[in-house]
Amino acid sequence: MQKEAAIREPLILGHKTYHDVTEDVCRPIEDKAPKMWYILFGIALVIGLYGVGSIMYLLGTGIGVWGLNKTIGWAWDITNFVWWVGIGHAGTLISAVLLLFRQKWRMAINRSAEAMTIFAVFMAGTFPLIHMGRLWVGYWVMPIPNQFGSLWVNFNSPLLWDVFAISTYLSVSLVFWYIGLIPDFATIRDRAKKPLAKKMYSILSFGWSGRAKHWNRFELVSLVLAGLATPLVFSVHSIVSFDFATSVIPGWHTTIFPPYFVAGAVFSGFAMVQTLLLIMRKAMGLEAYIHTKHVEYMNIVIMVTGSIVGTAYITELFISWYSGVEYESYAFINRATGPYWWAYWSMMTCNVISPQLMWIRRLRRSLLFTFFISIVVNIGMWFERYVIIVTSIHRDYVPAAWSMHFPSHIDIAVYIGTIGLFFVFFLLFARFFPVLALNEVKTILKGSGQSYKESPDYHKHH
Amino acid sequence: MSDKVLYVMYDDDHVLKHSAEKLVSKGVKIAEVFSPFPIHGIDPIIGVKQTRLGIMAFLYGLTGLTLATIGMRFFMITDWPMNIGGKPNFSYLENMLAFVPISFEFTVMCAAHGMAITYLLRNKTLPGMPAQNPDPRTTDDKFVMEIRLSDNHQISESELDGMLQEIGYLELDKKEIK
Repeated sequence: MQKEAAIREPLILGHKTYHDVTEDVCRPIEDKAPKMWYILFGIALVIGLYGVGSIMYLLGTGIGVWGLNKTIGWAWDITNFVWWVGIGHAGTLISAVLLLFRQKWRMAINRSAEAMTIFAVFMAGTFPLIHMGRLWVGYWVMPIPNQFGSLWVNFNSPLLWDVFAISTYLSVSLVFWYIGLIPDFATIRDRAKKPLAKKMYSILSFGWSGRAKHWNRFELVSLVLAGLATPLVFSVHSIVSFDFATSVIPGWHTTIFPPYFVAGAVFSGFAMVQTLLLIMRKAMGLEAYIHTKHVEYMNIVIMVTGSIVGTAYITELFISWYSGVEYESYAFINRATGPYWWAYWSMMTCNVISPQLMWIRRLRRSLLFTFFISIVVNIGMWFERYVIIVTSIHRDYVPAAWSMHFPSHIDIAVYIGTIGLFFVFFLLFARFFPVLALNEVKTILKGSGQSYKESPDYHKHH
Repeated sequence: MSDKVLYVMYDDDHVLKHSAEKLVSKGVKIAEVFSPFPIHGIDPIIGVKQTRLGIMAFLYGLTGLTLATIGMRFFMITDWPMNIGGKPNFSYLENMLAFVPISFEFTVMCAAHGMAITYLLRNKTLPGMPAQNPDPRTTDDKFVMEIRLSDNHQISESELDGMLQEIGYLELDKKEIK
């Protein structure tokens, strides 16, 4: 048993036993869903289906239904893609990087954060696929032998790197998540009373029995997967940033993009985790496991990554002037003072100022304030991508080609639709899956549970 | 040959570990331990060897790296060298920097999936497999040791019962298996 310092706040509040942990996590799955769940699910489903309908219309008509024009060939589609991929960065960071750093507070949040990651990457993947126009030939991005002659995809292109990065990230995250889920499904299986539930969880749990050898392998597989996923987290968003950084467009051609995008991704991902978990802990009665200290830890991550993002914005601005390149500096002056000034200043306010408020202890421990900031950060990070993408291309070298981007209603519907679908997936997850890694939480109960830490025996030698 | 199996149940991981230590010191072989979460330190006591899945992950990763290198060399250098801006792809090395991201991603993909599949196969945990834990509570808050009489010829059943009585347990269940 590992012990921790007495001054460290316990991670599990109240007097909990192993059985209580099982009860607390399984009860919401076994009970009838509350009315609120059906209402939220209904709303999310309607919005999601509206998005699906808009995608069908788009595929039937062509991507001309988007608000793109000759100058602005990329706008909401790639903005939404990068936004969703960014959100998808918190889950694997929490479960992989924090596992390597032995941060035990991750155990309360890693399951739902990883679920969020997977659903967010699903949503992200939608955009490049529908942007192809002909979705049914989407498999052409893979180097598959074909009858067109010696025709291969271009391995020099960052867009192809992205194909490999996103598909690796999605599939490895999915495997990591599922391997952790197997023992927890077994717990639900062994408690299930209804035959259908028993059958379903029996299939999902793969016949897990909790043998010592299996746990030995489980721990090593988790560790090695964490070791593999850690560089993956950093590489994926670096590669996403290469989509822009390897081009020669002023405003995109920026060498600091990879670390800047990774920090931004973690920043937005943690904000989304906060938004979801602050509601979920309340709705599912998990306040003893996900409490103020967990929120504070996540707010510190938001503060650090937000400061990196802020530094990157200012560095970028300075270098554009210092470079002495007319077009480069214009790209940045235009962002701040041109027709898209409102987007730029929304981004600056949301992403540079708001995380700095987290230096104040009272604010970063306030759940209401955290919830508000998490929404602000999500909005700010959407604007960041919009500013980088649209303002850099809407006024290029030839003033005759200058243009503005106005989203069509299909642009908006597809974006809102992905948010709806995301919540459809997340609500299904919260209803049928163990939202807490319950068997992992049991391993820290004696080391970090409140009633154990406060007992007089805790600091005696064991 | 028929065999008798003893399932000794505890409600605490540390108590089980200490009991296992005492039993092993008296020469009893413990066949298996079922627990809801990993009990740290139980493996050397009951003689479970450290898994070699880590080595497998490395080999799968190496396979991925090799495949990525061979593939990209064939596609981009041998089969159809592209001439981009007057800079043709003469050799793999000259073009290697552009191949780093995919080499890395493919290595990780093969290592992770190869290891995960091996893990599931070695555990025999696959969709539709039946659960084998002796008591449904072992995935909740109970910990069970499995002792087989056939592993412990030198000790009689009554001697074993005496030892267990002395060490203590929560529940004891005996099963005949054919």
